[in-house]
Amino acid sequence: MKKSVFLGALTVASLTAGIAAAGTLDDVKARGKLNCGVSTGLVGFASPDANGKWEGYDVAICRAVAAAVLGDNTAVEFVPLSSKTRFTALASGEVDMLARNTTWTFSRDVDLKLDFVGVNYYDGQGFMVPKALGVTSAKDLDGATVCIQTGTTTELNLADFFRVNGISYEPVPVENNAEAQQQYLSGACDTLTTDASALAATRAAFENPGDHILLPEIVSKEPLGPLVRHGDNQWGDTVRWTLNALISAEELGITSANIEELSKGTNNPEINRILGTEGNLGEMLGLDADWAKRAISSEGNFGEIFEANIGEKTPIGLARGLNAQWTEGGLIYSPPFR
Amino acid sequence: MSLMTTLTDPPKESFRLSMLLYDTRYRSTTIQVVALLGFMLGAAWLINNVIVNLAVAGKTFDYGFLKEASGYDINQKLIAYNSQSSHMRAAVVGLMNTLLVAVMGCIAATILGVIIGVLRLSKNWIISRLAAVYVETLRNVPVLLWIVLIMAATSHQLPAPKDFRGDEPAATMKIFDSVAITNRGVYIPEPLFSKGLGDLPVFPDKESKACQAFYNPDGTPATAKLAKFCGTFQISIDLMAILAVLFAGLIVSKLIKVRADQIQKDTGVRPVTWFWRLGVVVLPTVAVLYILGFYLGYPELKGFNFRGGIHMRSSLLALWVALSLYTAAFIAEIVRAGIMAISKGQSEAAAALGLRQNRIMSLIVLPQALRVIVPPLISQYLNLTKNSSLAIAVGYMDITGTLGGITLNQTGRELETVLLLMLVYLVISLTVSSVMNYYNERTKLKER
Repeated sequence: MKKSVFLGALTVASLTAGIAAAGTLDDVKARGKLNCGVSTGLVGFASPDANGKWEGYDVAICRAVAAAVLGDNTAVEFVPLSSKTRFTALASGEVDMLARNTTWTFSRDVDLKLDFVGVNYYDGQGFMVPKALGVTSAKDLDGATVCIQTGTTTELNLADFFRVNGISYEPVPVENNAEAQQQYLSGACDTLTTDASALAATRAAFENPGDHILLPEIVSKEPLGPLVRHGDNQWGDTVRWTLNALISAEELGITSANIEELSKGTNNPEINRILGTEGNLGEMLGLDADWAKRAISSEGNFGEIFEANIGEKTPIGLARGLNAQWTEGGLIYSPPFR
Repeated sequence: MSLMTTLTDPPKESFRLSMLLYDTRYRSTTIQVVALLGFMLGAAWLINNVIVNLAVAGKTFDYGFLKEASGYDINQKLIAYNSQSSHMRAAVVGLMNTLLVAVMGCIAATILGVIIGVLRLSKNWIISRLAAVYVETLRNVPVLLWIVLIMAATSHQLPAPKDFRGDEPAATMKIFDSVAITNRGVYIPEPLFSKGLGDLPVFPDKESKACQAFYNPDGTPATAKLAKFCGTFQISIDLMAILAVLFAGLIVSKLIKVRADQIQKDTGVRPVTWFWRLGVVVLPTVAVLYILGFYLGYPELKGFNFRGGIHMRSSLLALWVALSLYTAAFIAEIVRAGIMAISKGQSEAAAALGLRQNRIMSLIVLPQALRVIVPPLISQYLNLTKNSSLAIAVGYMDITGTLGGITLNQTGRELETVLLLMLVYLVISLTVSSVMNYYNERTKLKER
């Protein structure tokens, strides 16, 4: 009898713990800090600079969310996660959100109980080879040794690509990008494969980036985006609409330079709704009216973040391509703020 | 009479609840029952916690994913496997890789450990000091660092396959052009048979009539459970034939020894039998190899890599060498302790009988020392096997890498895979220790 009462009490305790964990927005506010899972170090996307300050394309998303929710874009605890540990860390509540070059797939969304809130980079898997190898197409890679980060979708795409083309390869599994880079540069593998953006970022960090080329084949669709735990819709909405605010800001011409002026009120009602001078969108999210203004002022709008971290003027040198606004022929498109 | 009995019988004490605590007859049982209850409560709390949290996360506990196609490739596979095979098969491939490195490691560590242990007792100052330095450096640095160090050394210092190319290659193959040492591993010649007997399918082939019987005319499996096994397991007849002949040779050799022992016992003269004993093992084996058309397949540089030959990947080499060197340091200490436990009188008595130093060691000291050595040796074997799970540091696809790494990651079934993984290691460890315990029973001092 006593035992069952004791167990019952425990069940209630753990249930309430589960419910409390579901209110991520309140948790983050109470903690005063956002725990954001990022890559263990991929220049341009997420890496600490010489002073240990995290910067990059994915990092900017974390900072924007922190600015929107907490009003301080430095109130972020960056948690570097390997591709193997990232989902466990998110599911267990160790991090509030992931912004870590993570591909949106059916099984991750449905089976792993995660919620992708959008796409911040449309990517595809590519191959990098040393120029000296004389290979011009991924289909010439029969019998090659391929370095691949284990626990990623690229691992599965790789198997499919070689199987479909009827050619063989020898996979060399590596834990993280740094190790992949070492193995590739020492010649322990002929080619390195991962998302094309990450390849470009990796190559930018090489001593002689010109000695390496990316093969033209893009063998998969890799929509990368931030994600949160399944089941906490309020928190999911917060992250989703923070990302959308950055995208809409670019589309509507709100930049970090003119945001102060625009927030005094404009004759474009959508800009006014985003910046909180009209309507009560912030209140609906459980935030204040200035949430989106703070998010955009954090590191600029979507385009500014892209150009500052991975754009053509940076060593990584990625063109907008698919990641241009829909008005410019790309796929980046935010639902309306209404 | 009845009055007498009532008087002589001790007064019957009625049982009171307080006796559970104050009566020494019951107290220890009470404490044990309470401790057991506490333990069960703790376990129940943990299990309940898992169930509740799984329910909150909306996850179910089920092993169905093991039957699904894995979708990933594995470089080192001892059984047939491709990305369309099931997660279960990927786990088995990983298990074989774990066992391979564990067995290779245990053998190498034992040989090296015994040598170093004996050398440490050498009267030669330099040799014994060198052995001591070996033991102290190896065992006092974490094995993970040794693994990573050896891997880094192989991948950065050894030549890449492309260095073997051209008229003036930067690197050449060793030992009559039969062995290629590259930064991707070592390629050695492989045994091949020109007149091989093929494979014996344990389950019928996919195309065979026996297997077609499991399918409906439209190609859907009629007997799903049986159809799955088609062509999944084949045994090389060549290998079986060679092993059978070798085994038979060893038995005959043993019989010759028994006969020689008997003759020595009866007449006091031991017949010279070594060439017989060697002959019955070697000659039939060589004959079988000749019949099967045995030849060596040499590795050749084709395309990006060497093809042919046995490819010992640098990940396997790094793991094997590091685990062996590391565990050998512990085994050396165990061997040294075992030898020192044998009283000096034993070797002095043997010396007085005129035995040479190496005979004293092999006939008198080591057999007795084994009794002291074997029990701690078991735990070193277990340690080596468990340490092999560090394989992931160098990308060696052991069971932690396949089941506990890629499968876990691709399916998101942490709890299921980790529990299965723990079970696998438990079974391996218990098997090793029961085999070694059996050996220990056999060799220990029979006291009568």
